Amino acid sequence: MSEWTRDEMMTVAAARRLWNGCVCFVGIGLPSAACNLARLTHAPDIVLIYESGTLGTRPDVLPLSIGDGELADTAACVIPLPEVFAYFLQAGRVDVGFLGAAQVDRYGNLNSTVIGPYEAPTTRLPGAGGATEIAAHARQTFVMLKATPRSLVARLDFRTSAGFLDGHGARARTSMRGAGPQALITDFGVLAPEPASDELVLTSLFPGATLEEARAAVGWPLRAAAAVETVAAPTALELDTLRSLHARTREAHARPVRVPA
Amino acid sequence: MKIMSLAEAIARHVADGACVALEGFTHLIPFAAAHEIIRQGRRDLHLVRMTPDLVYDQMIGMGCARRLTFSWGGNPGVGSLHRLRDAVEHGWPAALQIDEHTHAGIAAAYCAGAAGLPFAMLRGYQGTDLAAANPRIRSVECPYTGERIATVPALNPDVTILHAQRADRQGNVAISGIVGAQREAALAARALLVTVEEIVGELPPAMNGIVLPHWVVSAVAHCPGGAYPSYAQGHYPRDNDFYRRWDAIARDRNSFQAWMQQHVLDSGDHAAFLASLGAAA
Repeated sequence: MSEWTRDEMMTVAAARRLWNGCVCFVGIGLPSAACNLARLTHAPDIVLIYESGTLGTRPDVLPLSIGDGELADTAACVIPLPEVFAYFLQAGRVDVGFLGAAQVDRYGNLNSTVIGPYEAPTTRLPGAGGATEIAAHARQTFVMLKATPRSLVARLDFRTSAGFLDGHGARARTSMRGAGPQALITDFGVLAPEPASDELVLTSLFPGATLEEARAAVGWPLRAAAAVETVAAPTALELDTLRSLHARTREAHARPVRVPA
Repeated sequence: MKIMSLAEAIARHVADGACVALEGFTHLIPFAAAHEIIRQGRRDLHLVRMTPDLVYDQMIGMGCARRLTFSWGGNPGVGSLHRLRDAVEHGWPAALQIDEHTHAGIAAAYCAGAAGLPFAMLRGYQGTDLAAANPRIRSVECPYTGERIATVPALNPDVTILHAQRADRQGNVAISGIVGAQREAALAARALLVTVEEIVGELPPAMNGIVLPHWVVSAVAHCPGGAYPSYAQGHYPRDNDFYRRWDAIARDRNSFQAWMQQHVLDSGDHAAFLASLGAAA
């Protein structure tokens, strides 16, 4: 029995990739935990942008929604949503964008729209939200997604957000200015694009994870990079910081709200 | 007279078949107005909202909508909007036409609508299947550089409905905190209806707060708690626990209908709705 969970390892691995001062476009869930863990450990001056228009926010507890009051209360400034997308994201003022999805393919393209045909889906997913333009415009993106053969797939049911398209330089030939997905952080380790082919290959494994496990969890024939590293286990500081952040968050979200009268 | 009851404002400004935008990005979602639309039995509405949220999950599940323009249809941090999914996947309680965009696309479409332009441009939708799924997403060639730029048609709702912290007696409206695309949605609409936490003699000075001047506001209704279970910065927080509990309420058609009957239809107004939840807690 490990002293940490795979969710915690994913969060820590993502946090370590963020540098002090970097400007991050944050999504809710694991990315929000990762960005705030970075802020509370090695990157105190990281700039967190949530698409609700809260810039430079420093929440004490993680938001449940992308627009909780906590984000506005602790923001450097709150701006209208059209400005976030036009003046900050589209204009190239975001270093790192975080994305999740229901499906990712070997070139880092993402589906968060439907499972099954678009006109008659078997599962209607939430849709694009901010993801499509984050994927296009952030200088680089990190994708966080737990691996199953249904999530890391050979073929997407729908392409909501562009990764490297069909690979082999296809993205670089478009008008998209961002460099695309530079890491897929999943629950056994990290995949990164191979130069030239743009295909996501295994570059690191979490402690205790194996190449066989990784291959079984991925829906395309997963290749390994020439050197596959083992990610260092979470430190005591990382785990303590993350767990107390989650504990504060659970307590805050369960707090009864007096129904206004 | 601009200041009127919510029931009168809905009766006067929201007609069957209308294009209606209830805006507010997580913050200041006009739940009280949505509930009054449900109580008055409006049908065939074209609903527009970046994030349908629980507010449109309720309206869709109660059969108010025939069409939905949106960009992200989940319960934030929780999961699916089950009533929205049931409508799209199974046509219950009625088939729902989908006009799907991205956040950046809808934000741009509201900006164009507010500015009186026919369409908006953005660097968006690149390398995706979204334009193939939605014929309204097109492109133009930049006349200066030749670059292809995506376009979306302007959004001009028949009526936009907002919730705000306060208005004065003349009908000027002030909003602070997360403002989303509310100002753009308001100025894009043919009519603007605003529910407010309080009506004051004079608005506090707010150099950069969003103020919608009285001559663009069609109706103001005093409605304390009108954004609950969403929130009003400075008045009450978002009830995150309620958003979690909604998942189980809405998952099943019968439990959804029973909840809506008990708390919305059997409550004559928003004060009674809030009281019914207090009693249930």
